Amino acid sequence: MEATQSYLPLYAVLVSLLAVLLIGVSGRYPNIRETWTLLAALTKFGLVASMLPTILKGQTIECHLATVLPGLDLSFKVDAFGMILALTASFLWIITSLYAIGYMRSLNEHAQTRFYMCFAVALSATMGAAFAANIFTLFVFYEIITVSTYALVAHEENDEAIKGARRYLVYLLGTSVLFFLPAMFLTYTYAGTLDFVPQGILSGTASDAVITIIFVLFIAGIAKAGIMPFHIWLPSAMVAPTPVSALLHAVAVVKVGVFTVVRVVLFVFGVDLLADIGLGVFLAYVACFTIIVASIMALRQDNLKLRLAYSTVSQLSYIVLAVALLTPSGITSSIVHITIHAFGKITLFFVAGAIYVATHKKYISEMAGIGRRMPFTMAAFSVGALSMIAVPPLGGFISKWYLILGTLEAHMIAILFVILLSTLLNAAYFMPVVYTAFFKKPPEGEGQGLKEAPPMMVVPLVATAVGTVTLFFTSPFVLDLVKIVVASVMGGSWD
Amino acid sequence: MIKHLPVLLIVVPLLSALIIPVAGRINRVLSWYIATIATGICFVISLLLLQTVLKEGSISYWLGGWKPPMGIEYVIDYLSIFVVIIVTFIAFMVSIYSRKSIELEIDEGKAPVFYAVYLLFITGLMGIVVTGDIFNLYVFLEITSIAGYALIAIGKKRQALMASFKYVVMGTIGATFILLGIGYLYLMTGTLNMAELTQMLPQLYHTNAVLTAFALFAVGVSLKIALFPLHTWLPNAYAYAPSAVSAAMAATATKVGAYVLIRILFTIFGVSFITFGDINLAHIFLFFSVIAILAGSILAVSQTDIKKMLAYSSVGQIGYVVLGISLLSVTGLIGSMVHLLNHALMKGGLFLVVGAVVYKTGVTNIDGFKGLGKKMPISMAAFTIGALSMIGVPLTVGFVSKWYLAVASLEVGMWWLLPVILVSSLLTAVYFWRVIDNIYFKTGEEEPDHGHGHGHHEVKRDDAPAWMLVPTVTVSVLCIVFGILAYAPVALAEKAAVILLR
Repeated sequence: MEATQSYLPLYAVLVSLLAVLLIGVSGRYPNIRETWTLLAALTKFGLVASMLPTILKGQTIECHLATVLPGLDLSFKVDAFGMILALTASFLWIITSLYAIGYMRSLNEHAQTRFYMCFAVALSATMGAAFAANIFTLFVFYEIITVSTYALVAHEENDEAIKGARRYLVYLLGTSVLFFLPAMFLTYTYAGTLDFVPQGILSGTASDAVITIIFVLFIAGIAKAGIMPFHIWLPSAMVAPTPVSALLHAVAVVKVGVFTVVRVVLFVFGVDLLADIGLGVFLAYVACFTIIVASIMALRQDNLKLRLAYSTVSQLSYIVLAVALLTPSGITSSIVHITIHAFGKITLFFVAGAIYVATHKKYISEMAGIGRRMPFTMAAFSVGALSMIAVPPLGGFISKWYLILGTLEAHMIAILFVILLSTLLNAAYFMPVVYTAFFKKPPEGEGQGLKEAPPMMVVPLVATAVGTVTLFFTSPFVLDLVKIVVASVMGGSWD
Repeated sequence: MIKHLPVLLIVVPLLSALIIPVAGRINRVLSWYIATIATGICFVISLLLLQTVLKEGSISYWLGGWKPPMGIEYVIDYLSIFVVIIVTFIAFMVSIYSRKSIELEIDEGKAPVFYAVYLLFITGLMGIVVTGDIFNLYVFLEITSIAGYALIAIGKKRQALMASFKYVVMGTIGATFILLGIGYLYLMTGTLNMAELTQMLPQLYHTNAVLTAFALFAVGVSLKIALFPLHTWLPNAYAYAPSAVSAAMAATATKVGAYVLIRILFTIFGVSFITFGDINLAHIFLFFSVIAILAGSILAVSQTDIKKMLAYSSVGQIGYVVLGISLLSVTGLIGSMVHLLNHALMKGGLFLVVGAVVYKTGVTNIDGFKGLGKKMPISMAAFTIGALSMIGVPLTVGFVSKWYLAVASLEVGMWWLLPVILVSSLLTAVYFWRVIDNIYFKTGEEEPDHGHGHGHHEVKRDDAPAWMLVPTVTVSVLCIVFGILAYAPVALAEKAAVILLR
């Protein structure tokens, strides 16, 4: 694979850090402050997109920053896989910024400057994670995300928020220090390198038992992926303002989690090694367990954001399950789902926030008839929900299609049933919301007529809903990128 | 001139220490100027020496031109220059810092005395590191210790006297053990020169006298570096001394103590002696270091006074240094040496911040840190960097040393040390998190809590004066610089370690 040297990835990471300074300086002038956020978001997306042609040609872009110790480098390497996460996150940051401005101003939230600063740091770190060339760099940015989003989760500064934020931090930092760090350390000791290589670096370096230990440590250490039992931080994080839940806990944070899992599975262990030891099957069953249990828990939530959170936990495990199949279609599904789930889930979270801003309602049971008063919002919700259930012509269908192909390629029929069951469960926890909103009578004494959230919020959520549909029709473009990844990790034997 | 640099390292602070009380009579600030310039010169000298050492490998200087067995030899090799730079740099930083800090924390008239004793303290530390003569080392050790007792006792708090007395008793016992050890070696070999000892001792490995000398050294040095369970003098000494003194001692004195341990173990006795008998003598150190790491962290968690918390944390960190030494491997020794630098930077920085807090608020209680994130943003940023380093977060210096210690543990097949390092890192995170939480997420008492935090009102910014901030920030920035460009100190430490283990 050809590699181009360029500082573009570094700039893409740094642009929002620069914005942090500018946001901090202009904290007293909200309009100027928000301009910086939007400018940074647009620039970042532009920088990421400018690297796309090179990546589509099958090349990579490399950028070496510093050598901390021999074998421990801070460096970036943009490949097709990282590109997908970077494109998704940076594009959705633009939309979320608009939405966040609407949300924060409507609710007259406090400490908005800190909010935008931390948000920008989190996005910087997300880019860093997407472009990381080795486990060390990825680990560093993984931790920066945790710390910068801690302040966002604790934003309300009341007891509940502080408690939730503390749990968030303990789980994410605790697991990464207890498991991820030792896993990285052991990888370094046995493989002698931490670089991501398409067919893995651990093959033939240690006994199966050691490989298994490293693998389990990695999976347990990447709590951001929400694999049970390390998912509890995600519902706790729902105390955060909704834009945070939307971009970070549906896109940036959790997607970095599954991204890291996929990176580790494909680029540290490699498909062949995991298939030989049978660790893929192990991971697949762990993911299946999470999918089903999280779906059942989602059913029981009346708080809309919590229901979405459990749905996220379950959907994240789709990505893990898909990659654990270790087949071309499985890997395709896993990577595509990172983007597709992002669009769908961000729409749903946007809707939850819009409902809260317009009516101050948090619970599904209070939302009877809300579809008549907020038709755009609830239409977008329906689109997002249907994408989660994987109804064509919505994005969700594409990833589930490949997932099913993947299970067939892997000859794991049992998992097919898990997918079917979870699809039913998805419908079971999303459709009642749509039903309540559109077909139940609103309670007495509530006003009639339109009562949408401000346009600053409705436009973004409609946009992402449209995006979900668009993804279905433009999927060939996304799949082009995915093919490059799959071809590299399958040893070029597949196209 | 260049030729005489090694001795200037001692002469400059020693003479300045003598001038200061006189100069202080004329003008009190003058004593601060002299102290700062003297330590600054020492730092420059140490950098020049580093250049020479890197070029020539090692410098030997005969004091007064007397040939070694008769006269005293000063030897500066990779190990000593590494420690010299740490000590002179921290001494310089603390000196700048103390101008404001000392004004508040000791009686006005005592300032010149303080600076004089402070320079004597530094003189002693320099002497220990550059000397190639074991009795001379003992003399400098006593100069340092006695100056140290005075520096602790100079604080305004009454407990300082008791803390200092405890240190006097323990320190003297330690010194006596070391002196006895030196006596045994002299009786057996008839020389006090380290290089000669290195050559003559192998023929005497089997004698009980040499083994006894080793035991005496081991106990004496362990007392000086406060290796658990001989640490009892340290927490109170650090807690009740003036902040500048706590910073200087935590960052330099224990480091030089560790230097003495490395010198005695590897240069004088040598690895072949340690593994000569039926048992590996290093395992004794390994055992106590692991206990120190865990006990120090656990004790730190239970503290409510920030200075005591940092002091107990130092007890744990000394454990790390000794752990790396006791592994008897190049990687382990690199880890230890790099940790000397790293711990000096992070713990020094943390104590400097605490001094700034004392200067502004007068409290050393962890609760007193509530809301300081808004009041003293720069100091608190420095504290956060220090805390992250202590935990061992990547891109800070703390990560580098822990990484090396972990690699070394696996290399020698002691995988069970990994959980020890991990658990202590987590405990470190716990006790620092309590402070960070107070700094950024709790509001001070004077302003009532606002429930939802809406309607937020500005807290007046009131950070420490520039004289305190500049050294504090410099030290914390270095925590990150050497966390990213870790290879520079590691390369130097590696050269030293390879020679020591030869």
